[in-house]
Amino acid sequence: MAILEVNNIEKHFENTKVLKDVSFSLEEGKALAIIGSSGSGKTTLLRCLNFLETPDQGKISVRGKILFDASRPAAENEKDLRTKRLHFGMVFQSFNLFPQYTALENVTLAEKLLAKEEADFKKNKKEIVEKIDSHGRELLAQMGLSDREGHYPHQLSGGQQQRVAIARALALKPDILCFDEPTSALDPELTGEVLKVIRSLADKKTTMIIVTHEMAFARDVADQVIFMDEGFIVEQGEAARVIDHPQEERTKQFLTRYTNG
Amino acid sequence: MFWEVTQSLLGGMATTFQIFILTLLFALPLGLLFAFASISKWRPLRYLMQIIVWIIRGTPLMLQLIIIFYGPGLWLGHNIWKGNEAGRISATVVAFAINYACYFSVIFRGGIEGVPAGQREAGQVLGMTKSQIFFKVTLLQMVKRVVPPMSNEIITLVKDTSLARIIAAYELTFAGYSFMKSDGLTWPLFYTGVFYLVFVGALTLLFNYIERRLDYFR
Repeated sequence: MAILEVNNIEKHFENTKVLKDVSFSLEEGKALAIIGSSGSGKTTLLRCLNFLETPDQGKISVRGKILFDASRPAAENEKDLRTKRLHFGMVFQSFNLFPQYTALENVTLAEKLLAKEEADFKKNKKEIVEKIDSHGRELLAQMGLSDREGHYPHQLSGGQQQRVAIARALALKPDILCFDEPTSALDPELTGEVLKVIRSLADKKTTMIIVTHEMAFARDVADQVIFMDEGFIVEQGEAARVIDHPQEERTKQFLTRYTNG
Repeated sequence: MFWEVTQSLLGGMATTFQIFILTLLFALPLGLLFAFASISKWRPLRYLMQIIVWIIRGTPLMLQLIIIFYGPGLWLGHNIWKGNEAGRISATVVAFAINYACYFSVIFRGGIEGVPAGQREAGQVLGMTKSQIFFKVTLLQMVKRVVPPMSNEIITLVKDTSLARIIAAYELTFAGYSFMKSDGLTWPLFYTGVFYLVFVGALTLLFNYIERRLDYFR
């Protein structure tokens, strides 16, 4: 069964429809790349999954459980919403690291706050904090940043900041990790190190949705590709098939710009 | 004579300091509350806040002080402020706290809005609650942004305490001025100035220290 199912999502801002009847599903352990020109609705789709935007129509289910259903608007309390959000991790284009915390603190903050709410936190405080810290260090090591744990974001390069952000998103063990153009704010030299990390996550069968403009990377790393245009999914399918042999005219047009440019 | 003046000025300084500290104590949290009200999603509250800030910033603090001190006595028939020094200081603190809270609220609002939306969103996707996001993510970044403009306002407050003389609170400027009236001496006025300069100098050092302490992040 698919880990994520998205059915007929629609979203408008004022009078502009940014998502129109978007449906897709994703299997556990697979990577999905969403491509398309700016303004095609890719980022909005990702933000809907993370509950940063509320869709006007449609359904979102994870592991068969309905997280969102526009036809049944439940009065949601903050706690439920938080639990739902934790199914997804999010890596932003502009990193959005917390500037007043070190790399390690950025990674462990949310986990520590959650732990604090547990009943037995006070009793085993030291142990729990140590465990969270060592988990955080592990994640930073995975990102190749062991020697940077005490650095503040402004002391890190863009590529390093984005890798800290990936570690931070992984810390809460989300079912699905979302990337919103993770390398668009980086110069080409730093793009590579971030893509390498994402590739290694794909090798470890992390379920991922990656909004990207890196076509070669999408073809190599993603299992599935969705091409979006003007809020619609124009074409979706196996990555190599969509990128190398697109069926739709609009997809061909879009991809030509990349292969020729 | 010098000793006599010094003692008298120290007495005035005590009142000035009292007004200063109490005003800050009330105006800082009130200002934050006003700031939240002024960015509330509920429109009537936002408009109400705009009108209050307009009135308070648009009229002299001295006028507000006179109204708050004498108004209740004239409207209600009995003065809610005791006629002694404590009563005058209380009225001053009420007038000052409301006035300064309005100025602070504008600065705080700028501080809150200056923190990029991405910071809040990052907290949200990490499952933080609204209050966790405010206290653990936004607050310190906001404080860092508001320290320079706040230091300006707070230094202005030191000197505004001299307005309390209008309702006969015996503060620092009143103390210095009284020697001119009674003995025709002008040097106590300059001596009074020195007191303010020392006070403001100490505050400046404090603000520099806070700014340095917050220098570790950007």
